[in-house]
Amino acid sequence: MFEQIITMVFQTDFAFSIFRITAPILFAALAAVVAEKAGVVNIGLEGIMLICGLFGTLFSFWTQSWFIGVLGAIVVGILLALMIGFFALKLHTDIILAGIAVNTMSAGGTIFLLYLFTGERGNTASLTSSNILIPTIKIPGLHQIPILGDIFSGHAVLTYVAFLLVFLIWVLLYKTSIGLQIRAVGENAHAAESVGVSVIKIQYIALAISGILCGMGGAFMSMYYSQSWNTGLVAGRGFIALAAQAMGRGEPVGTMFSSLLFGFAQALRTKVSGVQGVSSNLISAMPYLVTIIGLVLYAASTMKKVKKIKNKDK
Amino acid sequence: MGNNEYVVQMQGITKVYPNGVAANQGVDFHVKRGEIHALMGENGAGKSTLMKMLFGLEQPTEGEIIVNGEVVSLTSPTVAISKGIGMVHQHFMLVPSLTVAENMVLGMEPKKGVFIDYKKAVQITEEYAKKYNLHVDPNAKIIDIPVGMKQKVEILKALVRGAKILILDEPTAVLTTQETAELFKELVSLKEQGYTIIFISHKLKEIKQITDRLTIMRGGKSMGVYETAGITEQDISRLMVGRDVILTVEKEKAQPTDVVLKVRDLEYTDSWNRKMLDKLSFSVRKGEILGIAGVEGNGQRELVEMLFHLNTPDAGSVTVNGKNILGMPQRKIRELGVSLIPEDRMVYGIAASGTIEENMISDRFDKKKFNKGMLFNMNAIHKESNELIADYKVLCKSYKQEIGMLSGGNIQKVVVAREFSSDPKLIIADQPTRGIDVGATEFIRKKLVELSREGAAVLLVSADLNEVMELSDSLVVFYNGNIAAYFEDTSVLNDEIMGEYMLGLKRQSDEEIRRVCHE
Repeated sequence: MFEQIITMVFQTDFAFSIFRITAPILFAALAAVVAEKAGVVNIGLEGIMLICGLFGTLFSFWTQSWFIGVLGAIVVGILLALMIGFFALKLHTDIILAGIAVNTMSAGGTIFLLYLFTGERGNTASLTSSNILIPTIKIPGLHQIPILGDIFSGHAVLTYVAFLLVFLIWVLLYKTSIGLQIRAVGENAHAAESVGVSVIKIQYIALAISGILCGMGGAFMSMYYSQSWNTGLVAGRGFIALAAQAMGRGEPVGTMFSSLLFGFAQALRTKVSGVQGVSSNLISAMPYLVTIIGLVLYAASTMKKVKKIKNKDK
Repeated sequence: MGNNEYVVQMQGITKVYPNGVAANQGVDFHVKRGEIHALMGENGAGKSTLMKMLFGLEQPTEGEIIVNGEVVSLTSPTVAISKGIGMVHQHFMLVPSLTVAENMVLGMEPKKGVFIDYKKAVQITEEYAKKYNLHVDPNAKIIDIPVGMKQKVEILKALVRGAKILILDEPTAVLTTQETAELFKELVSLKEQGYTIIFISHKLKEIKQITDRLTIMRGGKSMGVYETAGITEQDISRLMVGRDVILTVEKEKAQPTDVVLKVRDLEYTDSWNRKMLDKLSFSVRKGEILGIAGVEGNGQRELVEMLFHLNTPDAGSVTVNGKNILGMPQRKIRELGVSLIPEDRMVYGIAASGTIEENMISDRFDKKKFNKGMLFNMNAIHKESNELIADYKVLCKSYKQEIGMLSGGNIQKVVVAREFSSDPKLIIADQPTRGIDVGATEFIRKKLVELSREGAAVLLVSADLNEVMELSDSLVVFYNGNIAAYFEDTSVLNDEIMGEYMLGLKRQSDEEIRRVCHE
């Protein structure tokens, strides 16, 4: 049995699937990174992705263009994130409650909207055709190389975008003035305010960026990963992303690695679930177990860090 | 109407807060170009309020502000900065994980295309550091640098934003002696380069050392402006510390007996590495009120924290009737008969969203009298609440009213009712009448005297000179975490003597101070 699992893990299609499965988690985790850096907790990632997934499918169906579908999802993502911002920053509700509201609203609201726009119930399987899904690309040169080509070539456009975004978000946060202001606002809002930085404006911008990323994540799920939209589309990825962000210490690169870890656990579950003699229930729980272990490790290391800072102060 | 000699003219400034507190009343404050001007006064004298208005953090209710001969309306710090006013706050406004250079340019970042020009930021920092002789490491993170350097970053931040007038809010409070000496050198050099500095402080020696002129505030009013060279430390202390109306409290002479609270060699160094309690020893006896006077920040708060286990001292001992209370849970301390009227009643005194009744029984709900099996005996609890409300004259609709909705004076009466009705052996009263109305103040003072005459030991900490001098039977003055003087009989004291000890001009001999241990 173990032999069987090990052979599976060392196959190229398994490695390929890790990246495919990681991509949506990574989009949402990067969204969490940007919001968190500005001192706002966006726990509405899950709901925003679900709604964006629906609108991605709808826009692509209406325009018969996957590209416009993705753009539409991004616009909806921005609007939803700004809505959370409006409630939390302008009207001073608790941002956690605003996020929960979006998550709850997404579950029922999407079914309603889907029915309203198309008359379909529960999923969009009948609307989607292969020409409006997000295309995959074979990378010339790399594609011909054995093993590497099988693992790294032939992914969807957005999979590459997800990993490219790790670098871009890092550049944004650490090399641009907006990034500096985002970090300053998140860490000491009074300090930022005292030199004329508008805290609320920066937090709106950070939320909008997290909305863009969620939009891409949602579109990836409905327009590539599941090939259509349904109510269980996101399946907790928005929350796993929050864990990935925390485990990655809120840094883009660290968050990529923790996202990959979750991706690996999920890929393994998919693979192993067919193997005889393995408890499918245990395997299903794996990604979540990894999340818990990861969070414990993270909490332990944070406590150590806090202690260190305290000692330094003394 | 501006006179070119003055860079800042604040005329007839009055500030009344929405809750009716008048923090400034008709204050005139004039600063000459290129001088170091001290703004002096005790805590609560109104200096910070005045400076907040000059930096645009608050707006005056009345009066006008003239900067460089032009009447200005300072509606925000950004406006104040644009008029050339910079402020170095007591609590630094820095982002810990960013580097010195990043903090310097925050909000005005130099750019190269879409990117931050970090090299330029470092260059700007170095340039300013060199020009003003304020040495900082541009690439170090704020979290890694010492307090003295953080302060330099703050000063540089103001300068890089074009400040010509610098307000420094008690800049030496967080510095070591060497850092203070360095800061003074830097300030003098800034003055020589034409900058104007407003220096908030209540430390006489520092003021004498570096300022040209000084304005003294007391009770929200200006006590006048003086040439530093032409005024003695004694005169400053007399102007700063003093009472406008002398209050008298009728009380019989105390007949103190056994020692109840015994504090010996208590030491504590805080996280800023300042020695807040320095070998502090004293005793409070049954039947007496021992007052602690002193300018705030000289160890009073830390002492109270230690006595109620809200903090842990580095060394020393504290006993109540012979039992060590250090490290004891608050509940156990209370069981020994210790009561506390905390300085911050909204945090330590009450639970604001609870009812009056819930707050009144919060120290005694587990007593047999208030319980019936697993449930509360509500009748007994209501009876107790109603009695306390009547005895302590709490103005309220009923015991069911939410306590946070009451006035400050009535909230304090609830606290006092709870703390005084538990048959205390030792009462620690920390600023018991701060910010409350005259009626409640008088009531609480009377009760304190009453309880002490009935045999409680009372430790009274107060920044209100009237209160501490008239209420106490004997009195100690705190200075720098230690006792500067002990007066066995407060009736011989006057404001002038108090001021000299409070501001550190004088100190009694160790033998004289040692008398407060009653050994």
